[in-house]
Amino acid sequence: MTAPATANAVQEDAAGQVLAFPAAETARATRDSRPLRLITCGSVDDGKSTLIGRLLWDTKAVKEDQAATLRRDSSGKQNDLGLPDFALLLDGLQAEREQGITIDVAYRYFSTDRRSFIVADTPGHEQYTRNMATGASTADLAVLLVDARVGLLEQTRRHATIATLMGIKQFVLAVNKIDLTDYDRARFEQISHEFRELALSLGVRQVTAIPLSALKGENVVYDGRASMPWYDGPTLVEVLELATTRSSQTVGFRLPVQRVSRPGESFRGYQGTVAGGSVKPGDSVVILPSGMVANVTKIVTFDLVRNAAVAGDAITLVLDRQVDVSRGDMIVAIDSQPLTGLAFDAQIVALQADGIQPGKRYWLKSGSRRQRVQVQPASQLDLKTGKWEPAEQLPMNAIGKVHLAFDEQAIFDPYEQNRTTGAFILIDPDTNNTVAGGMITAKRSALGGIHTEDARVILSLPADLADQLMATELFAARREDAEVRRVSAGKASEIIDTIDG
Amino acid sequence: MPLTHPETELHNPQSTKPPLDPHLKALENEAIHIFREVAAEFERPVMLYSIGKDSSVLLHLARKAFYPGRVPFPLLHVNTGWKFAEMIAFRNEIVKRYDLDLIEHVNPRGAAENVTPFSHGSALYTDIMKTEALRQALDAGQYDAAFGGARRDEEASRAKERIYSFRTPDHRWDPRNQRPELWNVYNGMVRKGESVRAFPLSNWTEVDIWRYIQAEDIPIVPLYFAKKRPVVERDGMMILAEDPRLELLPGETKREEVIRFRTLGCFPLTGAIRSEATSLDDIISELETATVSERQGRAIDRDQSGSMEKKKREGYF
Repeated sequence: MTAPATANAVQEDAAGQVLAFPAAETARATRDSRPLRLITCGSVDDGKSTLIGRLLWDTKAVKEDQAATLRRDSSGKQNDLGLPDFALLLDGLQAEREQGITIDVAYRYFSTDRRSFIVADTPGHEQYTRNMATGASTADLAVLLVDARVGLLEQTRRHATIATLMGIKQFVLAVNKIDLTDYDRARFEQISHEFRELALSLGVRQVTAIPLSALKGENVVYDGRASMPWYDGPTLVEVLELATTRSSQTVGFRLPVQRVSRPGESFRGYQGTVAGGSVKPGDSVVILPSGMVANVTKIVTFDLVRNAAVAGDAITLVLDRQVDVSRGDMIVAIDSQPLTGLAFDAQIVALQADGIQPGKRYWLKSGSRRQRVQVQPASQLDLKTGKWEPAEQLPMNAIGKVHLAFDEQAIFDPYEQNRTTGAFILIDPDTNNTVAGGMITAKRSALGGIHTEDARVILSLPADLADQLMATELFAARREDAEVRRVSAGKASEIIDTIDG
Repeated sequence: MPLTHPETELHNPQSTKPPLDPHLKALENEAIHIFREVAAEFERPVMLYSIGKDSSVLLHLARKAFYPGRVPFPLLHVNTGWKFAEMIAFRNEIVKRYDLDLIEHVNPRGAAENVTPFSHGSALYTDIMKTEALRQALDAGQYDAAFGGARRDEEASRAKERIYSFRTPDHRWDPRNQRPELWNVYNGMVRKGESVRAFPLSNWTEVDIWRYIQAEDIPIVPLYFAKKRPVVERDGMMILAEDPRLELLPGETKREEVIRFRTLGCFPLTGAIRSEATSLDDIISELETATVSERQGRAIDRDQSGSMEKKKREGYF
């Protein structure tokens, strides 16, 4: 993809008829990886619709009849390059076209010779947290869009914060409308420097900044060397082609059981999608929450009996003995088990107008397991400052830390370790609507009156709370009695878990 | 009738078929996950079967999802009475071969009032014979979940459809008030009378469908392959002129052309394309250089702007 952007302009005659489309490439796509899922964050003002439209257009994902419909609907609203109004292509619902707004998350598909892509396209303004969280939940990478003339905005910080919370670790900063700054290199470098600082403060290291013009198609699919000889980095598509897809193959084996297959007396298999690690015949496994142990005898699929299955595979597992397994149970590696318990801490995003009420009982669904839970909000993230403030309830679009209390054993991994077994949704039993998306941070242990003779206590605290405690006079006076280490939330729960035995 | 691609009878468990590439494998895994989740969570699922290529892929995935068991729900074919004859023959063969439960429904009102695409126009005809008929069939079966083969890349209003798409008791879709869908955790809670449409192929594109058909050797209706067939030009479309009920209008003439179909629906409303593609390889290369979308040949999409969204709100698939 090294052709200059100008080669790609659409030719039209005076009547607006399209004469020539970008030349189609005939090379057969090889698909040596699964589709990369990405989310685009930014507002209409940043040129987000134009950027996505440009991606679809330059990778030939838009066909002539769709362009013609577009042309008919936009009636004269094309831009001065003779391109259709891409926003109309993207805003598929009637209300959106009428009001010129984007209502909801939309999914777009395009591919290059190397890879295919699924874009979660989320609106920049209205209810951005809710929609962004939805789009980000499955994304491997986030593209953050800024206007080169304006630079980073408060919303850039919000978008980056939400994407990070949802577990995205790869970012692209698209510095759009660079043409309107006369391709100002110093400007671009200043913005990318500021963003790197911001990303580092969020713990994100994989950042690529690209100067581009979505309108002119420079550094999107085709390079913009003609206008920006000073930029020798990758185009947006090149970054996307090389990005990594997340995988949870390095963690312990997890199989949330979706259904039990009993086509006849002679066969009993447990069907589900491997949510972490891998499994092979002969492996010892534990069924949770019962704790029964068994060995894997066979991995059955329609095509063949397999000798191994890895994260992402939809399989049927056969065990060597009669054990009681039902939907909602989890079959896990015997030497690397998830957390089980009645109380957990989590971060959630409130998705509905009623917010999250303190003490209310919701349905929680994680994997194939659905159970009752009581939710107690503890704090809310102030997206402006990045600080957690105490909160008793969470309004719509709020991001909060909550305590979860279950009637029956719950089974989770910390989200940081496993984006499948650490994720859940909350369902309001009154409306049946999905009211929150959540991520497990740790298991809570109900200790009280922990002071006994001659014992030491290991406390795992959020870093900000530790800062406050350590600043107190009481703590400072006995500072030398305490050992303090900074670790990730996942590591902390791992350590504490080993102690619990 | 022989199928275009004979599948090995009772496929060999030690088959030497090359493994799917990671891209198709990921799409397949996702679809199987959705099938199993719906089958486990709902009391009365049904699979909409339209006999087309997407339905063929959907059925193949359902068989894979529940193997070694049978597909644990019936297939529902809403028949307008105006499908291509080859489609019906193919359907009957597939149902027999795979031991499936098929429910066929034709809108009795349409039959009684003799509603045809010629007499009532494509919009009203589609409304009565497809949308209304589908609602009747879903009500009659009291299904709380219906699988469909819709893909998000097909049409603009589909791009925002959820994988579990909630419907009110009168089958309405409210695009402005959809349940959020995060990760692969699906909310399957419905009250009596409410239902979901479940779309396991949401993230597939047209090329994915064809590449999967090729990789998995899935039988499809022969009309997808180019052949010399009788056609007549009408409303800017080439329609197949085989059915005796098709009356030529003044000025129309029947002629032979080498054509194939990119999508299959009711023959009077489905345009053929000129094509030499006689194999899956040909179709895939044709598709990779195609400059028009597959729905271009479908009259019902062009009735009015936003017409698919309107039909969907009213209960069309």
